[in-house]
Amino acid sequence: MGIAKKFRQIFSTVPMLGWFLGILTAVLIEYYWGYDYISYYLGLPKIPVLFGALIMLKEPVMIPGALAYDLIVYVIPVLLVAKISSVFTNPGAALLEKLPLWLSAVIHLVCFYAILHLWAGINDYRVLVVKLTLVSIILTVSVNVINGYQGEFSCSHPGFMALGAYVSSILTLMLFTNDKIFGAALLPPGLGPFLFPLVLLAGGAAAAIGSLAVAIPSFRTRGDYLAIISLAFMFIVKSAIENLNIIGGARGMGGQPDLAPLPVIFFWTLLCIWVIHNFVTSILGKALNTVRDDEAAAESMTVKTRKTKMTAFMFGAFWAGIAGGLFAHVLTYINPGMFSINRLAEILAMVYFGGLNSIVGSIVGAVSINVLGEALRPLELFKWIIIPLILIFVMIFRPYGLISFTEINAKKLLEAKHKRQQGVSP
Amino acid sequence: MTALLHVENMTHFFGGLRAVHNYNLNLAPRQIFGLIGPNGAGKTTIFNLITGVYTPTEGEILLENKNIKGLETNQIAAMGLGRTFQNLALWRHMNVVDHIRMAHYSQLDYGLFGAFFNSRACREQENQVRENADHLMELFDIEKYADDLVTSLPYGAQRRVEMARAMATNPKVLFLDEPTAGMTPDELVKMIRIIRQVHQDFNVAIFLIEHRMKFVMELCESIQTLVFGEVIAEGPPEEIQNNPRVIEAYLGKEDMT
Repeated sequence: MGIAKKFRQIFSTVPMLGWFLGILTAVLIEYYWGYDYISYYLGLPKIPVLFGALIMLKEPVMIPGALAYDLIVYVIPVLLVAKISSVFTNPGAALLEKLPLWLSAVIHLVCFYAILHLWAGINDYRVLVVKLTLVSIILTVSVNVINGYQGEFSCSHPGFMALGAYVSSILTLMLFTNDKIFGAALLPPGLGPFLFPLVLLAGGAAAAIGSLAVAIPSFRTRGDYLAIISLAFMFIVKSAIENLNIIGGARGMGGQPDLAPLPVIFFWTLLCIWVIHNFVTSILGKALNTVRDDEAAAESMTVKTRKTKMTAFMFGAFWAGIAGGLFAHVLTYINPGMFSINRLAEILAMVYFGGLNSIVGSIVGAVSINVLGEALRPLELFKWIIIPLILIFVMIFRPYGLISFTEINAKKLLEAKHKRQQGVSP
Repeated sequence: MTALLHVENMTHFFGGLRAVHNYNLNLAPRQIFGLIGPNGAGKTTIFNLITGVYTPTEGEILLENKNIKGLETNQIAAMGLGRTFQNLALWRHMNVVDHIRMAHYSQLDYGLFGAFFNSRACREQENQVRENADHLMELFDIEKYADDLVTSLPYGAQRRVEMARAMATNPKVLFLDEPTAGMTPDELVKMIRIIRQVHQDFNVAIFLIEHRMKFVMELCESIQTLVFGEVIAEGPPEEIQNNPRVIEAYLGKEDMT
């Protein structure tokens, strides 16, 4: 504990900008020297994609090499640059503090995206992992609206996701591609990227309308019963799609145009986080919490509980639909089996691992479960022992998840750290 | 009719059980009215019937001459009927200031999309609410707890949070369901002072259920005694205190033989 405390103390003076600079240095080192020098001299076959986890698990001999790579490329440059640069990043952050908060946040996010793009761009697998992680973030935050903020145990999210994925896929296949089911493209494919947001919104709207099937029963039942109803909804959607041959049935649907590059997904993820953050911190959004904690009291305090429940479901489902649409266009193939009980388990794991009633928690949960899932892939079967074990321990020691009941405080996150304050780890 | 809240011949059955029978109430503006009665007499049921938690089987309920029978609880509350609960009904994962903010729900009109995109109207109204909440917290002496979770507060303070929350809905009539239940004598005195102050500052009529005679006698202008769902006596406190039927209901009949 002593070392961790000391470490925290040393790095508490580093502002967000400092960390960005540190990570940027690491990414640049990897970009220019990662393959030619560092991994070559360490005897690694190629640049380790996910911090060497895959190599380490596949060939234990490589463990020292991979660890050394992480140390040389990531740990040392990040810490060193972050600490040293705090001499000028702190005044920089203080300068940004004078700007309106939103402008400062946008500048930080642009920097963050640039770094992420550079890091992911090193190899295609990384791009895919980052894309799927971002989609998972949207999904997890949206489930949190229903399962965390509103406190219902809803199992219908894969169903909402499927509705979004299928509706948006049908639209893009019909409009922008020459498909064997839907015939020639109705619009020039060049319009695709511009109309894609509308297509996604249509998918989200379809999911929101579908969610009424769960929202209306939620007026009368809660807890276990609603869980069963929502589970039923998920299976209804799945088997309905399986039996609709016009959209491919159980074989699925492929050939969606690749309309979801990294910047697009990043933008939608940010939009989702921003909108949901605004909502849950407003009084209308806090109404979800009142319904969860004491519905009778909420009614007596003029809260329209029915409207609130319906809003929570439709809003959560809307974002699940968006996530589904993005997911379909990342993989450019979907089938009903993707939106079944496995997906549900994954989504719920991310939400409950990360933390209920917290957007930060959801982001942490989505990123960690996704990255962990990818990193442990070589273990095959044992992966499904390790991840649940981690979940069990989280549930024992932190019953509401890692980071629960906390909201993003952008101001505190981005401010200059002249005085001693808790650092944000890279 | 000058009554702010008028209840006429209200009767309610739970299945075959007649919980309330022919209940009448005329609450004038600014009046403090007490409802007493032994356990199980139906006092809280009457509160729940008037506030819309249950819909009475028979009878009329008028708030400012508007019929409120059959409306949803939140509509009735928004029309000016605030209440507190017998067993505290606070939101356990929420801090104090959010409780007070939440109770302004019906006074907001920025709409869902305003909330999603943090519109100007949304920010302005939320700031207004925040100011109002600060004012209320100061009045009820809970501003030092503003950012604490309600569950971490002392009992008396939790009661005050509930009162402040009820006042934030901007009520014309305030229903208090045993506001001093479980309080120490010190807290009781403080509560009496707070209720008096609320009555003066907010210009509300107060309808309260209470067990402690001292409290009722000190505050109420008029009292009803309820036994088995029926009002057996109504009048000023001194009269009720000496009414033989009330004494009988509370202490039992004296054996005269």
